Amino acid sequence: MTLLLASFAPPYWLSTLIKVLVISAVVPTTALILGMVFLFKIMSWMQSRLGPQEAGPRGTLQLLADGVKFLQKEDIAPNGADLWVFKVAPLVVLMSTLVLYVTLPASMHLVVADLDVGVFFVLAVASLSVIGVLMAGWSSASKYSLMGALRAAGQLIAYELPMVLAVIGVVIQAGTMSLNGIVLAQNNGSIFGWSGIGFPYILTQFLGFFIFIAAVQAELTQPPFDMPVAESEIVSGYQVEYTGFRFLIFFLAEFATAFVFAGIAAVLFLGGWAVPWLPTESDWYYVLGPIVLFAKVMIVSFIIFWVRFTYPRFREDQLQSLAWKVLIPLALVNIVVTAVLKVVL
Amino acid sequence: MDQLSSADTETPEEAAPATDDAREAVLAEFTSRLGDGVLGSHIRVGDDLWIRVDRAHWLEAAEVAKSMGYRFFDFLSAIDWLPSPFGRDMDAQEDLVVAGTPAKEPEAIVQGYAGGDTRFQLLARLYSISAGMGITFKCDLPDDDLTAPTWSNVFAGANWHEREAREMFGFSFDGHPNMINMYLPVDFVGNPLRKDFPLLARRVRPWPGIVDVEPMPGVADEEGEGE
Amino acid sequence: MTAVSDPQSVAALVAEANDNRVNLDFETEGMTLNMGPQHPATHGTLRIIARLDGEQVISAEPMCGYMHRGYEKLTEVRTYPQINALINRIDWLGSFANEVPFILAAEKLMDVEAPPRAQWIRTILFEMSRVANISLFLGDFGLQLGGMTAGFYAFRDREWVLNQIESATGGRFHPNFDRIGGLKDDLPKGWIEESHTAMDKLLAFCDEMEDLLVGNEIFQGRTRGIGVIPAEIALSYGLSGANLRASGVDWDLRRDNCPPGLVYDQADWKVWTHPDGDCFARTWVRLQETREAAKIVKQLLDTIPSGPVMAKVPRIIKVPAGEAYVATENPLGEMGYYVVSKGDLVPFRVKIRSASFNNISVLPWVARGAYVPDLISILGSLYFILGDIDR
Repeated sequence: MTLLLASFAPPYWLSTLIKVLVISAVVPTTALILGMVFLFKIMSWMQSRLGPQEAGPRGTLQLLADGVKFLQKEDIAPNGADLWVFKVAPLVVLMSTLVLYVTLPASMHLVVADLDVGVFFVLAVASLSVIGVLMAGWSSASKYSLMGALRAAGQLIAYELPMVLAVIGVVIQAGTMSLNGIVLAQNNGSIFGWSGIGFPYILTQFLGFFIFIAAVQAELTQPPFDMPVAESEIVSGYQVEYTGFRFLIFFLAEFATAFVFAGIAAVLFLGGWAVPWLPTESDWYYVLGPIVLFAKVMIVSFIIFWVRFTYPRFREDQLQSLAWKVLIPLALVNIVVTAVLKVVL
Repeated sequence: MDQLSSADTETPEEAAPATDDAREAVLAEFTSRLGDGVLGSHIRVGDDLWIRVDRAHWLEAAEVAKSMGYRFFDFLSAIDWLPSPFGRDMDAQEDLVVAGTPAKEPEAIVQGYAGGDTRFQLLARLYSISAGMGITFKCDLPDDDLTAPTWSNVFAGANWHEREAREMFGFSFDGHPNMINMYLPVDFVGNPLRKDFPLLARRVRPWPGIVDVEPMPGVADEEGEGE
Repeated sequence: MTAVSDPQSVAALVAEANDNRVNLDFETEGMTLNMGPQHPATHGTLRIIARLDGEQVISAEPMCGYMHRGYEKLTEVRTYPQINALINRIDWLGSFANEVPFILAAEKLMDVEAPPRAQWIRTILFEMSRVANISLFLGDFGLQLGGMTAGFYAFRDREWVLNQIESATGGRFHPNFDRIGGLKDDLPKGWIEESHTAMDKLLAFCDEMEDLLVGNEIFQGRTRGIGVIPAEIALSYGLSGANLRASGVDWDLRRDNCPPGLVYDQADWKVWTHPDGDCFARTWVRLQETREAAKIVKQLLDTIPSGPVMAKVPRIIKVPAGEAYVATENPLGEMGYYVVSKGDLVPFRVKIRSASFNNISVLPWVARGAYVPDLISILGSLYFILGDIDR
């Protein structure tokens, strides 16, 4: 079967169609999985609750039921809303998520577009969602929405730079910006000549990993950086006027983005789709790659959501000072040390 | 825990003397400083001190008390000493009045501790944390001029209490910075805590005991159509 | 109910906001933000009209009255036992504590004293409602600062106390258990041991909260130095309870002016103060208070005297003419009832001095110049119950 997959070479139109379909199926699925596993179940257990119990076996279909519920709701726009912008904004947010999935490699060839500048592309399009958030906040004609959107925009400046700087360490070490290239570099590397587990970059770039995860938290607007949607201050910020499926799209985009960022963190720091004892050339990765990547994504997601469920919220200016006074200097130090060692060793 | 035997609890919390020297001293000092502003006073031994001051000295009373260490602002309110025209035993009396029985003959107004001359009295309480004592102040307000100087410049907390007293009793406070309604809608007519303000809930629904005397609107319509 | 488009109040606010300018260097065109009456941080129906410059608050004016139930008027047509059921609803998280000062005021006027056993149980239930109330505060404050988990832990562990209150009084939230001259009933069998267990759980909960929330650096960043209320301001606004003690004023009515009928002098406990006066200090003082309350309960449970729980009082209660003010240290602060009786079945006038009314009146003073997120910290740490403001 693996050979069959390897030799499968459809025409361009078909492969494009397949890729589109796969991405549009994967995005809601991953969002549902993360939402179910972490938002409903693990959060409940962490808060000594049971979580949903009724819909499906042990409540596993609860999120599906919620999704259907959202689809049934009326699509309401506020009176003073800029209607066209208001309706398009969730789609802009979702688009940025979809584009992110394009570069995530699930194995050597199971990737929609293996770009040479993959890392660069990811970091560039990740910030596109803020445009959607700004559109949503501005067009809602609500003060809470506007404040939420402006907070999101202000937050962008704080977390985008540390994220880029954190990733540069990995890029220096791997010598490539291709995500697949980084996976290969990790799994074919060796620690002082011992290549037993390859060379996942979390061992050398743990500082980068920490900064990256912190920045991802801010990107996802999750606690402790959920100021744009702070429900006890500005009542869910830019989402406050959305109902029905437009709200569902925000929800999907948030969790799908969480998944894809966990995937990118897994690729950059945990060796991506590869496992140490299987050579990266193996055809088994057509099947094994997605599973391995999924497992690693769940581990990273667990960290992300664990923090989300535990910490209180920062204030906007505290995030700025954290980013500019702590994360960016640390990331710069990380880059310098990495670069020096790269040259010396 | 042996010392906490029941025999031990028989000892009173504070040995109440026949005369309360501490409160007498406070009253004496206050009187000497406020001069003839003090119109009346009452001391319940070991418990509390009431001082009735002249309206012209109302603001000064706050300042004097504050300088005497009574810096904790407890509350400010008012009492309407008019006996309720709707009877004062049980609320059923009020139903009778609503049903057509003429209101009772107005009884004489009897003021409480520290005396008084008018129907409305301001009531305020300050507390001294160092002395562990409070003073309850009263101030007569004549019916034709229900105004008093504001305390909110001396005790900032009086701001809200005076707003409440204004809408509940219809007073006005000179110099109050922010005299807007606290509870009631702007277009509300009447001063609910005055004794002659009827409790409207009693008019629309008798009390006690009769539950749901009026049918639900939908039910009534259906029954009407059926008949 | 204050009308939503209340021209009178808005005009007053705008006039005030024009005088108050906090950010002279980078002043932008202001924005009036209406928070509430349905807003998650006001847990109830408080409405705050805030004038903002960016995210900075120029002036914030709370608008009450969305829950005004007119208790002071209602008390004039209710007999004393009926009022007891009514005033349960003032601070609904610590209901039993609402009853006590009123009952004590009536007892003072009637010159009745409850038997020792009733006094003991009264004090125990009083402190239990304090534990139930403040433990929820600790979780709820976390919730308002974005830490969801603390809220659920609080709801989980508060249940231990509520179960005890329910098994003794029959009501989880509104016990209506206190009577003039004593209590409605004696304690059920096995209650004392169960209460010990519950208090141990709550002490563990306090430790957990200290780890999870109060010790958290983000929490401290959000609360330390925010909403500082100096002692003099706190006194002149009449702040009481933990809000006052967090400003460094060492005053606790339980210790300093305990009305007869409560037996706090029979337990060994401590009044905690904090010199800072900020949001963190208020939270910290409340955390310590919960621990002290649990300790008081545990000590008193061991020393409950035997005997009746009801003194001899007439079946139909007529309170002799007189005036009395009795205040106790309720979970939210000083709660007092100024009862004027004319010797009838119903009181002539009851002035309810509720703690939250004074506590929240300091908000315009303390919120000026704060940021919107700080406004939430301040509101949360001042800790009000809407029923306690509006009565």
